[in-house]
Amino acid sequence: MKAVAQRLPRLLALVPYLLARPGIKIDDAAADFDVTPQQLRKDLELLWMCGLPGYGPGDLIDLSFDADTVTVTFDAGMRRPLRLTGREATALLVALRALAETPGVLDADAVRRAIAKIESASGEARPDGVVIDPGVRESDPTASTRRSVQDALTRARALRMRYYTASTDQITERVTDPMRMLIVDGHGYLEAWCRRAEGVRMFRLDRIDMLEVLDEQASAPPDAEPMDVSEGLFPPRPEHGEAVLVLAPETRWMAEYYSCEELDELAGGRLRVRMRYGDEDWMVRLLLGLGGDVSVEEPVELAERVRSRAIEALERAGHLPVTRD
Amino acid sequence: MSTARAERLVNLVLALLSTRQYLTAERIRATVPGYADATSDEAFFRMFERDKVELRELGVPLETGRSSVFDSTDGYRIARRDYELGDIDLAADEAAAVGLAVRLWDSPELTGLAGSALVKLRAAGVEVDTSGSGIVQPRVRTEPAFTPVLTAVQQGRPVRFDYRRGDSAERRTRTLEPWGVVSWRGRWYAVGHDRDRQAARCFRLSRVIGEVRLIGSPGEVEAPHGVDLLGLVAGNPDDDGGRVSTARLWLAEGKAAGIRRKATVIGGRALGGEPGEEVEIELYCMDSAARWIAGYGPDAVVLEPDVLAKTVHERLDAIAREGIRA
Repeated sequence: MKAVAQRLPRLLALVPYLLARPGIKIDDAAADFDVTPQQLRKDLELLWMCGLPGYGPGDLIDLSFDADTVTVTFDAGMRRPLRLTGREATALLVALRALAETPGVLDADAVRRAIAKIESASGEARPDGVVIDPGVRESDPTASTRRSVQDALTRARALRMRYYTASTDQITERVTDPMRMLIVDGHGYLEAWCRRAEGVRMFRLDRIDMLEVLDEQASAPPDAEPMDVSEGLFPPRPEHGEAVLVLAPETRWMAEYYSCEELDELAGGRLRVRMRYGDEDWMVRLLLGLGGDVSVEEPVELAERVRSRAIEALERAGHLPVTRD
Repeated sequence: MSTARAERLVNLVLALLSTRQYLTAERIRATVPGYADATSDEAFFRMFERDKVELRELGVPLETGRSSVFDSTDGYRIARRDYELGDIDLAADEAAAVGLAVRLWDSPELTGLAGSALVKLRAAGVEVDTSGSGIVQPRVRTEPAFTPVLTAVQQGRPVRFDYRRGDSAERRTRTLEPWGVVSWRGRWYAVGHDRDRQAARCFRLSRVIGEVRLIGSPGEVEAPHGVDLLGLVAGNPDDDGGRVSTARLWLAEGKAAGIRRKATVIGGRALGGEPGEEVEIELYCMDSAARWIAGYGPDAVVLEPDVLAKTVHERLDAIAREGIRA
């Protein structure tokens, strides 16, 4: 929140805020408004100069200061905050609805009560213009994994788990020190220090095949930093591979699903893209599965690997006793 | 905002809140501290106009009117009932929900708006902890088109935007009477009446190109009563759910871990001299299953059903015959 642009809204909110909290510490109030204590003191000094027409001693907003606390003694009629604007109410209420639809974060009932109260206080029930539905129901095993992960986080316990890594198609056992759980687009992720990899890793909950909460205290190293997820969960890394692909109309959806840069529109509705991938084996599996609706311009070796895998696969299937027409 | 201007605006709000009479601009100029600094009429009106715009942008409900028939110009006041946020008291678990909700958006704009809503709730006496050490952190992704389309829905206005389809290069300008915005499987859609197609349609917001323009006038669009927005996006949920079929596969020894973890091993079996196992697996959608299994190449071979084996074979055959070098 930018302090400058937010100053007037803050000034209008400050008096009612302080009225509701007589004797609050200035540092605490500053933290709630996301400004420095110095800035908050400046705001209070300004408000002290404001008041009702007449502007005599009994008309101005009056505050009584202690060494580090403040109390409003005359509010000049500014007793309640300004109501929410339509945009503010929307931003908050839509976020709350998303929370209510995300399993395992909070008690959905509490979220719905909060929505009802905010709608009622803001005086305009938001219209039915927004629907949020995860579309994918959390499966029972994933729900049970999530509960164990939450339990481990709450009690700060280490976790032993068997995890399927989709990029390398491998299942490994590891012990991790949980740091937090993220829920993005309906998928739950555990972010944890992985003792095996000696680094911070993101684990998708539905790929944890076995989970045991240990008695051992979770102890991520103090320098283990949570990932910055503002650019998405899988930001580009220098070691990633890159391929130039031509997508047939049937596979244009790839440009939206994977990390692709669109290069050219080609004849016949085809699209040339540059795609980033973390693991070459994963990329080979993806391309094999797409069965010729994607062609690879670069790197040539990738195209060759995919083709030789396809030939091997046909040879192996040819050993089946059943003949196919 | 300069200190002088902030002080003037706070005084203006206090003066207009405390009056029942409409205060004329002249009266405000003479009374409210700060306006006396204006050296000319023109400077004053410019200053006052800017202040009114600023307050209205913040959502301050400035009323205009005349207190008596003898007044020659309109005056201003703020009705307390329109200005003030209603009473609100949140229980601890409700406040916790708000604390998380304000950190949910990945868009700075929406985060800022949710943040200013939070400032007001706190000013209404609600205690909300956002210190951030919550162990669960959900996030909601948005598209640039989200805010303008939602605004249009709320104002009942049609929108016009350039849109490209998912399966072709076609880009076309579309005119939509939007009924709602739907998030399904983590993606946002605008749903409404497509004026070009004369039918209900949904548009994925990530495929909107450039700016969304609000056209027409507020109240022009009204969603049909009881319309099922989610149903229009998701289709009939009973359509493809729950249709499970069982397949038998051969997997090379120690390979295809992704399939193996979903499958049950029936027994050992060699194929073309290669050791492996026969497994059984439940599949939901044959088409995506074929893609998934074909990806494993020689490490996974479909034994049955035959239709799945054929689909996988076709995919691999296309690559083996023609290659995928461009």
